[in-house]
Amino acid sequence: MAEKEKEKIEEEKEETKEEEIEIESYEQAIFKKVKSILFGVFSPKMIQKMAAAKIVTPELYDKEGYPVDGGLMDARLGVIDPGLRCRTCGSKLKECLGHFGYIELARPVIHIKFVDTILKLLRCTCRECGRVLIPKNKIEEVSAALEQIEEERSLEEKRKEIKQLSAVLRAISKCPYCKAKQYPILLEKPTTFIENEKRLSPIEIRTRLEKIPDDELKLFGLNPATVRPEWMVLTVMPIPPVTMRPSITLESGERSEDDLTHKLGDIVRINQRLFENINAGAPEIIIEDLWDLLQYHVTTYFDNTVAQLPPARHRSGQPLKTLTERIKSKEGRIRHNLAGKRTNFSARSVISPDPMLDIDEVGVPIEIAMKLTVPEKVTEWNMEYLKRFIEKGSDKYPGANYIIRPDGKRKKITDETKEAFLEELKPGYVVERHLIDGDVALFNRQPSLHRMSMMAHRVRVLSGKTLRLNPAVCHPYNADFDGDEMNLHIPQTEEARAEAEILMQVRTQLISPGFGLSVIGCTMDSISGNYLLTKELEFSRQEAIDLLYSIGVDDFSKLPKKKVVNGKEIFSVLLPEDFSYKGKSKNGEEVVIKKGQLIKGVIDKASLGSESGLMLRELHKRYGPEKAIELLKKLFKLGIKVLLKIGFTTSVADTDLPTEIKDEIKQILDEAEQAVDKLIESYNNKTLETFPGKTLLETLELKIVEVLNRARNEAGKIVAENADKNTPTMIMADSGARGNLLNLAQMAASVGQQALRGKRIERGYKNRTLSHFKKNDLGPEARGFIRDGFKAGLNPAEFFFQAITGRDGLMDTALRTPKSGYLYRRLANAMQDLKVEYDGTVRDATGKIIQFKYGEDGIDVSKSEAGEINVARIIGGKS
Amino acid sequence: MTKFKVSQHILVPKHIKLSEKDKKELLEEYHISLKELPKINKKDPAIQQLDIKKGDVIKIIRKSPSAGEAVFYRVVV
Ligand SMILES: [Mg+2]
Ligand SMILES: [Zn+2]
Ligand SMILES: [Zn+2]
Repeated sequence: MAEKEKEKIEEEKEETKEEEIEIESYEQAIFKKVKSILFGVFSPKMIQKMAAAKIVTPELYDKEGYPVDGGLMDARLGVIDPGLRCRTCGSKLKECLGHFGYIELARPVIHIKFVDTILKLLRCTCRECGRVLIPKNKIEEVSAALEQIEEERSLEEKRKEIKQLSAVLRAISKCPYCKAKQYPILLEKPTTFIENEKRLSPIEIRTRLEKIPDDELKLFGLNPATVRPEWMVLTVMPIPPVTMRPSITLESGERSEDDLTHKLGDIVRINQRLFENINAGAPEIIIEDLWDLLQYHVTTYFDNTVAQLPPARHRSGQPLKTLTERIKSKEGRIRHNLAGKRTNFSARSVISPDPMLDIDEVGVPIEIAMKLTVPEKVTEWNMEYLKRFIEKGSDKYPGANYIIRPDGKRKKITDETKEAFLEELKPGYVVERHLIDGDVALFNRQPSLHRMSMMAHRVRVLSGKTLRLNPAVCHPYNADFDGDEMNLHIPQTEEARAEAEILMQVRTQLISPGFGLSVIGCTMDSISGNYLLTKELEFSRQEAIDLLYSIGVDDFSKLPKKKVVNGKEIFSVLLPEDFSYKGKSKNGEEVVIKKGQLIKGVIDKASLGSESGLMLRELHKRYGPEKAIELLKKLFKLGIKVLLKIGFTTSVADTDLPTEIKDEIKQILDEAEQAVDKLIESYNNKTLETFPGKTLLETLELKIVEVLNRARNEAGKIVAENADKNTPTMIMADSGARGNLLNLAQMAASVGQQALRGKRIERGYKNRTLSHFKKNDLGPEARGFIRDGFKAGLNPAEFFFQAITGRDGLMDTALRTPKSGYLYRRLANAMQDLKVEYDGTVRDATGKIIQFKYGEDGIDVSKSEAGEINVARIIGGKS
Repeated sequence: MTKFKVSQHILVPKHIKLSEKDKKELLEEYHISLKELPKINKKDPAIQQLDIKKGDVIKIIRKSPSAGEAVFYRVVV
């Protein structure tokens, strides 16, 4: 049956049962510490001893639909139907873990997982007497050496040594004890052993393995107390309990069996046939065939992905999932169920920006808020408050989805039940109410590379379907809005909430432990806005008050009582009265703030930006995270509101240049092309002087690239000098909001040389890049120099070269991201338990010293300003 | 190739052998035994000109981009 259907049915079952689930009290649990784990192989005796039933028939159910005694679904193997009791232990479903059964195989078969060990043992021991092919006097010596290796190096090394040893033993052709001649043994995969071109039957193999003495097994790393090699050839086989392979009843009433049950059915059936044929004295050839078939079924039961065997399939053609497939690979028990971490009370959705949200808020769609719940304990004091949620029910917001009785029973709130629950509600009950504004939530974006990738936000329930966040926190999450999704988790206990609020609140994460500056700051428009405001804008006092009021300021006493106030004065209203700061703006001009007044300079990325805002860092240091985030919130909004007020947009006209300038640029490029032509000429008549260690051609390439780059830079410089400083494009570049001069030069003047693997483009056709160039043309335009700017437009060849480097860049990022991600993971895993001790040393978990002083200078970067510690201020209390 | 003194190469930091007294003080300062120290091979070229035996502690003074000079100790194994 299709896996999906099964899951669906199981899920439905879960849901109906959910209400009945009891939370067991912890007092019943017994805690014990695991001292060691012993691995071994079951002996046939053990298999029989631990079995609750002997399985003899492949039939599953009789005509009435009851399990057949001695069948694969024998009632003694456990219960899978609710209401029934186990015939072995008498427990109900979920209490009884199930019990093993066994079948007796008509002929022994090889266990596929032990083929390598069996082969090794057969090759290294005598075919007659079973002793290891090492002379008596040397055995002691060898085993002592092995022991020593294990002690001094590792078990791994010992295994390697054993491997080498067995390679030597293979070559011995005469037993040192009974002098019997030894033959090489070959393995015909998967399970056939060949000696002397004659096939060894599992029976023969088993007899040989039986002969190996206990004390010589240690040489192969086997402990005879838990492993006897002959147990690796199966004579009886354990049948796993039915609880491990439950059957499922379909809607049609039909039973659908687990893959393992199917496989076991095959084994039992063939086994029965083999028994019958042997007893009836059938010809050896028929018995051999059945035996091989039994071997096939047993092998695929253990592992259905053996390379040499066709996998056993369903009637639908899809391969069966047998034991090995259940365990291994990403979807297996280990990685999927044991190591896989999944959690309830979480949500995931596309994110979108909302600058009107606070920085430490997260916008949650109402639909999500009605699924995610917070458990609140009922007390005398909040009873009425919680009853209001129950009254609303589970499909009106804000309502509640479940109540939990003091005995741990969870009950769903429905229209039918809610009246009763309202009556019943008493202190001690728990109400799982919908998410409301102000609840604590953990917000996370993968890859979670640093601690700022998961921060605690306050919930704001909003309409719409996306999770919303303030664009200022994009930076720590490394999020943008081109379809990124993020996860939301709701802490469920007081402890979890307290921990989240104290350790993970956005405000506690402002200063990066990586470089000591704020990871959250103004971005994009909020930088341009503040830049413009503090640079040149003026407003009437009324307008200024409107502006300030719209960002949440209601105290205007700091605003000068003038008709017209300038931007610096408006900006200063936000600053604390006693704040003084001296810094530099992005282009190196001085910024001076004295007693809460911006006196000189413009505010730009160097003051407010994330990972660069020094004024922000200073505010954080002087006034603490609380005040800093409050200020940041206002500064951010101020920038945006300023732009809204004055209107701000970028256009193609921003890249317009006066005709003289255009001519000047044209001339520079012309000259460069001529210079290149000259270089090529001198190359052709060999007058070009070679650089040491380079060939003539390499020298030419270097010189050409240099000339062309110089030309482009010069053109860029002219653009920068002559571009209108008041265009939005230049404002954005100057303030550090977005874009740089190179971008502008590429638009206005020339895109420049396209490089592929550090060279000019030289591939494509034979000796040329495109078919309409002359062969061996080394000129700029034939090798990917784009003379035009984006605004003027590219000619077809230029466009093609740009596409080449564009695609190369795309491929590069697509391939590099997973690689560097893995590299980072390995680094993080290797260093995860290093710790700075109180004496300043960095040590690992065992106390070994890794560094004598953290970072060699002992500075806690998160307490520094961009890596520097200002000792004078710490001592003197001022900057 | 001409032979040169490894210890005088510009890229090789200064290696100094600690006296028994200094060694004792070092171990006391960090509350450690030799086991907790980083190791240096007895045959390491940088310490060949020093008179060393197993268990000696080597003081290494390196140039550091963050601290100017960084001191490091390694035990000879
Ligand atoms: Mg994205
Ligand atoms: Zn049972
Ligand atoms: Zn022998």
